[in-house]
Amino acid sequence: MLLALLALALVTVVLAAPIAYRRATAWRLERARRRPAHAGGLDLTLYDPGRERRAEQRARELLRSCVNEEEWGMYRDLGFIRVAGRHARRELDRDRGPRPAYAYLVYPHKPIVAYVPESGQLLSEYCVEFPDLTGNGGRHRLPASDDVLAKWMALTSDEDRVIRRANMHLVGRQLDPARVRRDLWRLAEWERRRGNREQVHQSQR
Amino acid sequence: MKPGHGEVLLAEGDPRVREDEERLVEEFRRQLDEGMWAAVPVRNPGSGRREAQMVKQYGDIPPDSERVIFFPRASGG
Repeated sequence: MLLALLALALVTVVLAAPIAYRRATAWRLERARRRPAHAGGLDLTLYDPGRERRAEQRARELLRSCVNEEEWGMYRDLGFIRVAGRHARRELDRDRGPRPAYAYLVYPHKPIVAYVPESGQLLSEYCVEFPDLTGNGGRHRLPASDDVLAKWMALTSDEDRVIRRANMHLVGRQLDPARVRRDLWRLAEWERRRGNREQVHQSQR
Repeated sequence: MKPGHGEVLLAEGDPRVREDEERLVEEFRRQLDEGMWAAVPVRNPGSGRREAQMVKQYGDIPPDSERVIFFPRASGG
C-alpha cells in the first residue's frame, strides 16, 4: 500500500514539474518587469567615472575658444588667468593699456584676487560661485575651466555686477597671501620668458 | 554651462531661418527665465582683445555671433 502511494506521488510530481516551472518563470519575468528603476528609493544610476573628466576636457576647449591667446597660455601654464580691472579713480590711470591700475587673478573654484600690478600689492579677495539653479538636488559645480570662463565672462562684460554679488574679504581668508605672491612672481617670470620668445621670433623673421 | 556636466548644446540653427529663430528665441528666454546669465564672446574693436558681452534680450545678440553661452548667475561664495 505504502509503495503504491509513493509511486503515485512520484508520478504526480513528474507530471506537475513542467507546469510549476512555467509558472515560476512567468512570475519571475513579471516581477522583473514591475521592478521600479529606483528600487527601494535608492538611486541606482550607474556612476560614470569619466563624465567629469570629459566635462573638464570640453570646458578647456570652450575656454580656449573664448579667451585671448595670452590668457589661454597663462591658464595652461600657470593655472589661473589675469583680467584687467576696468575702473580708474584717477584720470592718470585711464587707458593704461597693458598696465592697468588694478587687475584680478582668476583661479578655478577659488576666490578672485584683486591686486595692483605695478606694486604687487594684494587688495582683496572676492568669493564668488556659480551655483546649480536647476533645483535637481545635489550640489554640483561647474568643471574647473568652466568656472574660470564664467568668472572671465562676468568680469570682462559686467565687472560691477559680479563684484557686487561677491563676498569681499581681505586676502588671506581663503587664499594664502604667500601663495598668491608666488603666483604673481610666476606670472612675471612667465611674461618675461614669453616676451623673450616673441623677440626671438621677430628677429628670425 | 551646466554644473556637474559642463558644456551642453541647448539649441542650434540659422537665425535667418524663421523656424530656427523661433526655436532659438524660445530657448534663450527659457534659459533666462531659469535665472541663467547669457554672454557672447566678442572682440573689443578698440583694443582687439577678446572679452564677453552680456546679453539680456535676444535682440542684444550681435548679428555675427556664432554662439551664446549661458552660465549660472554669480553669487557670493
